[in-house]
Amino acid sequence: MNEFFSMGGYGGFVWSAYAIFFVALAIDAFAPLVRKKRVLRELRGRSRRERAKTGDMP
Amino acid sequence: MNPLVLWFHKLGSPPYFYRFAGRLVPWFWAAALILGAIGLYGGLVLAPKDYQQGDAYRIIFIHVPSAWMSLFIYAFMAVNGFIALVWRIKLSETLAMAAAPVGAAFTFVCLATGAIWGKPMWGTWWTWDARLTSELVLLFLYLGVIGLYHAIEDRRQAARAAAFLALIGIVNLPIVHFSVKWWNTLHQGSTVKLFGPSLIDSRMLWPLLVMAIATKFVFAASLLSRARVDLLELESGKEWARAEADAAEGRA
Repeated sequence: MNEFFSMGGYGGFVWSAYAIFFVALAIDAFAPLVRKKRVLRELRGRSRRERAKTGDMP
Repeated sequence: MNPLVLWFHKLGSPPYFYRFAGRLVPWFWAAALILGAIGLYGGLVLAPKDYQQGDAYRIIFIHVPSAWMSLFIYAFMAVNGFIALVWRIKLSETLAMAAAPVGAAFTFVCLATGAIWGKPMWGTWWTWDARLTSELVLLFLYLGVIGLYHAIEDRRQAARAAAFLALIGIVNLPIVHFSVKWWNTLHQGSTVKLFGPSLIDSRMLWPLLVMAIATKFVFAASLLSRARVDLLELESGKEWARAEADAAEGRA
């Protein structure tokens, strides 16, 4: 197992490269989820304000 | 009309695409994770050491698929940009702009992992070699497209301007691909060939190809979830977008 992590002495290089790969793709995957939450909240806020203006409460 | 053409027309409608893409995204992520796990097990555990590079070569299992994706996504973005400019299809604008950040991420990963491989193998993180420089230009093209898209107020005008920039930048794709042939580069030539036998052991080749398919699924999943949010924002005045927001509140 230790041999696997040391990667023949190149462990630092190999694992930092893999870390960059996974971190970059994780950020890429979560960014749209965070944005979707914000957009949906804004949409709900807008329709609530419009309903309040017309006096048409749900 | 032909049912396939009919379906294609339907897919262009934002509410239909939103729901259709929403059903696909979890499956694409699942495929990406499963294939990624298989590919990495093959690359990190099963594949033998390289006789010259030892274990450092194992970086290629993420470096090469990322490099392929950086070119593939650019071509995808440019084709959608072209469709958006010629036929003014809203969905194509959205897809082109949603692809840009994913492509930029893969280009960044390609450059960073290449630098990390270069340090122990070449003795330098970076050199102004034709392949490396043209890939860096590719990253700047992606950043230019993203920047231009966000610099213009009107979303649809912004998408068309950025699509135009993406189309001009397409001249860089053959330069990246053929750079190792046209110039005498420090970066090695292609070892995996579409036509003719590859110059790589099959125990190293199959994990590389599995990773290439896994990254395609990562792109597909990320692209569709980005396009969904963009459509929701673009169509925020429409009834279907309101209905989606209300339904999401009900689920929360």
